[in-house]
Amino acid sequence: MANPKAAFYWASSCGGCEISVLELGKGLVDLSKKVDIVFWPIALDFKYSDVESMPEKSIDVCFFNGAIQTSENEHMAKLLREKSKILIAFGACANGGGIPALANTTSREQIFTRVYKETPTTDNPKGIIPETKVQVKEGELTIPEFYNTVRTLDQTVDVDYYVPGCPPVGEQVAAVMNDIVGGKLPQKGSVIGASDKSLCDECKRVKGDRKIKKIVRTYEIIPDTEKCLLDQGIICMGPATRGGCGAQCISANMPCRGCYGAVPGVLDQGAKMLSALSSNFDAENEQEIERIANGVLDPIGTFYRYTLARSLLRRAKA
Amino acid sequence: MAEKIGVYVCDCGSNIAQMVNCKSVVDYAATLPNVTVAREYQYMCSDPGQELIKKDIKGLGLTRVVVASCSPLMHELTFRRAVEEGGLNQFLFQMANIREQCSWISENKEMATERAKAIVGAAVKRVVFQEPLEVKKVPVNPNVLVVGGGITGIEAALQIADSGKKVYLVEKEPTIGGYMARFDKTFPTLDCAACILTPKMVNVAQHPNIELLSYSDVTGFSGYVGNFTARIRRRPRYVDEEKCNGCGLCTEKCPISVPSEFECGLGKRKAIYRPFPQAVPNVPVIDREHCLFFMKGICKVCVKFCPRGAINFDQMEEYKDLDVGTAILATGFDLFDASKVKQYGYGRLSNVITSLEFERFSHASGPTGGKILLKNGQMPASVAILHCIGSRDTNFNEYCSRVCCMYSMKIAHLAHEKTGAKVYEFYIDIRAFGKGYEEFYKRLLEEDTVFIRGKAAEVTDFAQTAAEKGKLIVVAEDTLLGIVRRIPVDLVVLSVGLVPRKDAADLARVFSISRSQDGFFLERHPKLAPVSTASDGIFIAGSCQGPKDIPDSVAQGAAAAANALSLIDRKEVALEPTVAVIDEESCSGCKICLGLCAFNAITFDESKRVSRVNDALCKGCGVCVAACPSGAIEQRNFTDDQLLAEVESVCASER
Amino acid sequence: MTNLTSNFEPNIVGFLCKWCAYTGADLAGTSRIKYPPNVTPIRVMCSGRVDPVLVMKALSSGADGVLIAGCHPGDCHYTSGNVKTIRRFKLLQRMLDQFGIERDRVRLEWVSASEGERYAQVVENMTETLRTLGPLNWNGGKEV
Repeated sequence: MANPKAAFYWASSCGGCEISVLELGKGLVDLSKKVDIVFWPIALDFKYSDVESMPEKSIDVCFFNGAIQTSENEHMAKLLREKSKILIAFGACANGGGIPALANTTSREQIFTRVYKETPTTDNPKGIIPETKVQVKEGELTIPEFYNTVRTLDQTVDVDYYVPGCPPVGEQVAAVMNDIVGGKLPQKGSVIGASDKSLCDECKRVKGDRKIKKIVRTYEIIPDTEKCLLDQGIICMGPATRGGCGAQCISANMPCRGCYGAVPGVLDQGAKMLSALSSNFDAENEQEIERIANGVLDPIGTFYRYTLARSLLRRAKA
Repeated sequence: MAEKIGVYVCDCGSNIAQMVNCKSVVDYAATLPNVTVAREYQYMCSDPGQELIKKDIKGLGLTRVVVASCSPLMHELTFRRAVEEGGLNQFLFQMANIREQCSWISENKEMATERAKAIVGAAVKRVVFQEPLEVKKVPVNPNVLVVGGGITGIEAALQIADSGKKVYLVEKEPTIGGYMARFDKTFPTLDCAACILTPKMVNVAQHPNIELLSYSDVTGFSGYVGNFTARIRRRPRYVDEEKCNGCGLCTEKCPISVPSEFECGLGKRKAIYRPFPQAVPNVPVIDREHCLFFMKGICKVCVKFCPRGAINFDQMEEYKDLDVGTAILATGFDLFDASKVKQYGYGRLSNVITSLEFERFSHASGPTGGKILLKNGQMPASVAILHCIGSRDTNFNEYCSRVCCMYSMKIAHLAHEKTGAKVYEFYIDIRAFGKGYEEFYKRLLEEDTVFIRGKAAEVTDFAQTAAEKGKLIVVAEDTLLGIVRRIPVDLVVLSVGLVPRKDAADLARVFSISRSQDGFFLERHPKLAPVSTASDGIFIAGSCQGPKDIPDSVAQGAAAAANALSLIDRKEVALEPTVAVIDEESCSGCKICLGLCAFNAITFDESKRVSRVNDALCKGCGVCVAACPSGAIEQRNFTDDQLLAEVESVCASER
Repeated sequence: MTNLTSNFEPNIVGFLCKWCAYTGADLAGTSRIKYPPNVTPIRVMCSGRVDPVLVMKALSSGADGVLIAGCHPGDCHYTSGNVKTIRRFKLLQRMLDQFGIERDRVRLEWVSASEGERYAQVVENMTETLRTLGPLNWNGGKEV
């Protein structure tokens, strides 16, 4: 019997998800014996045309990481959906938009202006910004369109499974791979490689009274390693974030940033964390409450760091 | 999952029908998903209207019912009962308010009809997600716990005991009587406080239905309405209450004298003592801090002289658990500490005393046998009474202590009567609000009391003129004359305000009740429920709820008793089922919810590492539901699905 | 931003607490006070039940505004439910600022059970303000 065929693709992402696959280390070698990798831009020299020429549903499983920010990303998402039996939204960006989705707080125009005109080291006296089409003497050159709004994978194509994380933790990647190779497929639409409870369930720290008098940023104090970070005034997204990552950030004395996305059953991770955090502000009158609330300097960046594209509002007003 | 919804649109005579096109609403409702039947009727709340619903439930097998009529606050119970009688669980019903919040506020028929459709649409979408709920009933234990044996607690205890129910009256001090036992006369009638109080105290002692637990505290209180358990700590008197006959020989013979707390330190008591002669129970207590036996192992004179062998140095602290159905807190107040206001010289200048100290001087059984005397043993020729000490003051307490104007006037009267002194009262406003109070004020004016409108700024002994030498000078701006005055007097009485007791915070925690901003216990509603608290079954009465005079304290004591009896006579109480429920499979143990419950209904199970809601304590506010970051808490009948359905429907409706 | 349609009627979702705001709104009706019907009430037991998720849902589903109405601070039937509402609201306001949603669109008001007149005024005021602001039309980046 032939080995199952696997594909990996990176859309709008940082490459970290690819690294997490590479971090399987020796496991990768074992995996390569059980699976035929037919497409993996970061590691192997397959071309888009190779994918285009594959028969429909000939790829058994495709691990798609990265958000959909350009027309190229969208094209590949649709292409790989067509060619794959199982399409997995791999990593925070594909799941919720990830860091790239923070572009939804601004606009393409503002991004281009900043990147191509305003940054101190840019030398662009003519103020040239990219266009999707340009005529040169050889003909027409095109580059993918840069979308105004970043989307998740499942807002673009139908997705079979979700593996959250920024990046998904190595052991989870291996476990998912083995499950798929072994034919142990859960119900379509499931989140795999993660827990069904929030991070607080696996975090070993002692949880106190959750009363918050002041929000502090991570550089302002040296947090006690035994006490819950939230109780010390540091915003830890743990209560509103799916667990399964082993609370690695917490072990490094840093707060959870929410990269595994919302806990099952929660419609909007950011709004839920906002509610959980603010409900415990230790103040009764309006001015005091406002003072504490002002300690959250960037609410969207804090509460929707990885899931803005998946939130109810999805983007700031254009 | 298809439901069969029956939608009933009420004309309410013309109340709804004149503004809302009910037929149009019915036609619209019939097009909505899951709606089996939609009808219009003139008066849905009438018997035939209710019959319509019952008939359709049976005949059409309806699984949900929506009635579009008046406000749920009006008829929700009516229709719930009808639905239940029709054979469907009463919580599978939703009301659409198209009267108070639609027809009656509209001027335009088209808009009113569109709005009615939007409201009905939301109810129809919501009701699909509703689930059957059972109303839990719990029995009510007829025993009552009254905490505090002052006049308020005594009143409450007697009322309840007279109705045949058992009362546990717990009092912290060795005797009941509270502050009232320390007063000389009471305003405005100038009744002798002891004369009206002591008969009631004796009634308490003799009442077969009252178990008096004096020299005791409440250290724990758990359970829920109708089913509480109170943990009482009985402190050791070192005198056996059963054996003691109150002869008083022990007190007479005891060699140790110390300042008496009852006398504000102005008189003395023995190391074995009764706070005052009419104490109830009439049993002394040994103060082990000053008793020679406890300090050095010697003396034992009391043992030698006690004819009943009632002294028992081996008595230990005891704990007792009491099962009660309701509790009344009547723990009273404390007086504002006048030494905090340094400019009046309390504690520094001789002859600056508090109102309570004046009471003790004036009292026939007090340290001076009822004479008002200065430090040098002479009677004052002039007395100044300073109002609002610690009250109406942004530096201390902003509230008015309510009783001080009246007791100041009483003191003025007593001072004048007993010494013939010239009396000055320095006031901000005169608050003489009660029955006979204004008349009393007039009487004081006729007694030539000098009322100076201006809060005293300072009391000093630094004389500026010969006339001021050896006197206390009260400096105040007379705001009616517009000048600053210096009035030399012999005696200054500070009318100190009423403050919450030092242990109010601890007691509030024990009973899980709230306190208002000023620290007094919080009533359920300031006008409509002044003696109830947010916790069913726990009542408050008297000054622990806020400063008040004796008539109001007694009224509240009786009111709290009535509330308790009302609950007891119902025999069982229904618990609201719209409570919060935590799905232990989803709960991650993050504890975000724990501190949010005003009723302490959420506890944490350490072994399972999940939070749990006690559905008897839960009031169904939904605060924890909105906060839970795992979405593990749901509020019955107000679930996220139900509310989201309403939101979606409202947002999609046309304008 | 001017509204394009001159007869734009704002669609406002109202979360009213049963004990105070909803009762106050009923009183407005009983008193036959006429006010714009643009706030459709959703009854909750306490304003503290209002999860910011519900507010976001309303805004992203077509509402032009959201009104949260509860008991005055100190009067909450559940003692301090409305305090939690203020806490969430203050932070939510800051976040909605970032989303570019005008502060007038999401309002927290205290309406006691005896304030029928006040409820009518609040609704009228909010409706007028939103008429000027225009529809929200939150398509949530469904455009590409």
